[in-house]
Amino acid sequence: MIERKLLLGDEAIALGAIHAGISGVYAYPGTPSTEITEYIQAHAPEVRSRWCTNEKTAMEAALGMAYAGKRALVCMKHVGMNVAADAFINSAITGVNGGLVVLAADDPSMHSSQNEQDSRFYGKFAMIPILEPSTQQEAYDMMAYAYELSERLKLPILMRVVTRLAHSRAGVVVKEPIKQNALNPETDRTHWVLLPVNARRQYASLVDKQGELLASSEASPYNSCKQQIGSDKSGTTSHENQANIEVTTHKSSSTSPVGVIACGIAHNYVMENITTGMDIPILKISQYPLPETAIKSLATQCESLLIAEDGQPLVEEQVKSLLGTDYPIKGRLTGELPRMGELTPDNVGAALGVNKEQIYATAQNVMPRPPALCQGCGHRDVYDALNKVAAEYEGARIFGDIGCYTLGALPPFRAIDSCVDMGASITMAKGAADAGVYPAIAVIGDSTFTHSGMTGLLDAINDNANITVIISDNLTTAMTGGQDSAGTNKFEAICLGLGLTPEHVRVVVPLPKNMEEITRVIREEIEYKGVSVIIPRRECMQTFQRKLRNKKK
Amino acid sequence: MKKDIILAGVGGQGILTIATIIGDAATAANLNLKQAEVHGMSQRGGDVQSNLRLSTETIYSDLIKQGAADLIISMEPMEALRYIPYINKDSWIVTSSHTFKNISNYPQEESLMEELTNFPHVAILPIEDVAKENSLPKSANVILLGMAAKYIEILSPEQLRESISRVFASKGEKIVEANLRAFDLGLQAVK
Ligand SMILES: Cc1ncc(C[n+]2csc(CCOP(=O)(O)OP(=O)(O)O)c2C)c(N)n1
Ligand code: SF4
Repeated sequence: MIERKLLLGDEAIALGAIHAGISGVYAYPGTPSTEITEYIQAHAPEVRSRWCTNEKTAMEAALGMAYAGKRALVCMKHVGMNVAADAFINSAITGVNGGLVVLAADDPSMHSSQNEQDSRFYGKFAMIPILEPSTQQEAYDMMAYAYELSERLKLPILMRVVTRLAHSRAGVVVKEPIKQNALNPETDRTHWVLLPVNARRQYASLVDKQGELLASSEASPYNSCKQQIGSDKSGTTSHENQANIEVTTHKSSSTSPVGVIACGIAHNYVMENITTGMDIPILKISQYPLPETAIKSLATQCESLLIAEDGQPLVEEQVKSLLGTDYPIKGRLTGELPRMGELTPDNVGAALGVNKEQIYATAQNVMPRPPALCQGCGHRDVYDALNKVAAEYEGARIFGDIGCYTLGALPPFRAIDSCVDMGASITMAKGAADAGVYPAIAVIGDSTFTHSGMTGLLDAINDNANITVIISDNLTTAMTGGQDSAGTNKFEAICLGLGLTPEHVRVVVPLPKNMEEITRVIREEIEYKGVSVIIPRRECMQTFQRKLRNKKK
Repeated sequence: MKKDIILAGVGGQGILTIATIIGDAATAANLNLKQAEVHGMSQRGGDVQSNLRLSTETIYSDLIKQGAADLIISMEPMEALRYIPYINKDSWIVTSSHTFKNISNYPQEESLMEELTNFPHVAILPIEDVAKENSLPKSANVILLGMAAKYIEILSPEQLRESISRVFASKGEKIVEANLRAFDLGLQAVK
């Protein structure tokens, strides 16, 4: 029976992976990737799915599962790729036994991120295939395809999505699930022990495989050419050439003024703008490395090419070097599309020369409505106290980190001086203290602390740095929707284990009525010359209320 | 036939529930649908929106083009105004008149309402008050959906009612009844 489900892109990926027989998903939360793992947790008890401490531990555990012959999925937001990069790059050198798919969810326009880096660069860097679905259906279908490809090539596969696919729903036709792989641990150690002698051989084999990767892209069912002759939008009059090869064209004698290379979700924005009468050959790309033959064939039929890709101009640069500097290429580097920010049907339409409909100007009585810390949130009390004490010290600097508590940067608090990457609060405070900043204070959340703060704290302790670290513990990973936090109930033990003395590991309850005590504790620990940790601990209001609601049911 | 709808509001006002109901009805009616949501920072009182696209034909873009939306459904009047560049002179704006002021520079209410009601097709109702008067404090969003039902066109009010029964079924008979009542209140308000 054909079943059609209404799924978020993330859910389509999750269900595709479940149906492709994965045995484990390994992930640290991060918008817009979080819902993949949450869906698997809720729908597939047979799949190992507990949250990991960070993206690197996730990547390595998944590699271990693939080593053992089973299929594994790793999910993260784009910046998580930076954390997982060491394991990720080297997994291409070892190769895999069971299938391994690494899912990176990019966030062009930085809807909820600190940058808009493009994960496709990591796939190219690691020299592995990249898949980039354009629809929820493709996202679902590609999972089974990705695992087969991974096991055939014996390489991990990078799948890259963007916010607008991850967080958009559409109908998806689902298939029968297949069984999980049996346990079948790798027997050949030379693939996996990356001593230089083995690593060189493995790397040579990876280089050798590049031809096979290219051939797979050239024949991919997800890379297709279309001669758009102005269809009725149902797609029935366009000529689709699924197994790529040549661009079909009706007017083979003449060339089109412009052709389009549309990558992943950009394909949707291009198609949205195609109307009757437009004669534009389109090459859709959803598998990399780039299918060079198809691109060259498209180029010969067009006088110029527009490159539509969501993210950084990776394909634009590659196509430029493929076709030579004389061939006119348009895109983000030449200004037809904006240099930064996500693609939209509007900016792609403009690049295609489609006239804009007459639209109303922005309304006058509209103000931005930024998010704020919830009423009653414990982070509020932490910042109230911190601001009071910091005002007593002229040179005070407060190094922030990533989480709900980053909202302490906004009014009314305006409390933090920096927020860079997960864990950087502690290490930046240490470096600044080394340079002479006093007091150097770090504010970090509980989940961020276990993600990347513990190692930096060890550095600070070993160096006896003069810093005060505040681990604002709300017993959850609130920013991304309240996932379990890896260190809950373990923070004092972790700090003591890293070498702090019990006198300088202080726990307080962040409530307005405790303001006197909290400010006193902060003051005392600032005055202490060395590393101290203060743990304000009170549950996030959102998870607290959710638990209450669930209890009532 | 197509219908491009922008759902707007402030985090926590329940616009995603409206999207779920319409989405369920569209799926049951075998329509094509795409619905882009904003997750992430949304639960902490920021603005939230969703692009909901329904069509009998293939839908490509997950996002609605400027000037192409047929309908704005908003839980808050200033949030309705935020998406004005997405509509055209034939589009409808269905909104609550109840302002949600969690920012210090919220526009002056009178000029806001004047700007809003100057658009050609606007249905506006103090849905929070209606919800309270009818002891339906949690169903303001479904009252709004009822108001919008007439303009969704591609789905009939009856199809939406059936979807409400399905979507709330797991919460029990009482909740289903309350939401159907809320829906009908909204529907009658614009007749
Ligand atoms: C490398 C990386 N991974 C994931 C994220 C997404 N992310 C941002 S903050 C956060 C969790 C914050 O949790 P916590 O430190 O406990 O603070 P809270 O939000 O609960 O206040 C996550 C997962 C990120 N920004 N960077
Ligand atoms: S979600 Fe939780 S941690 Fe985040 S602002 Fe709200 S109460 Fe605070």
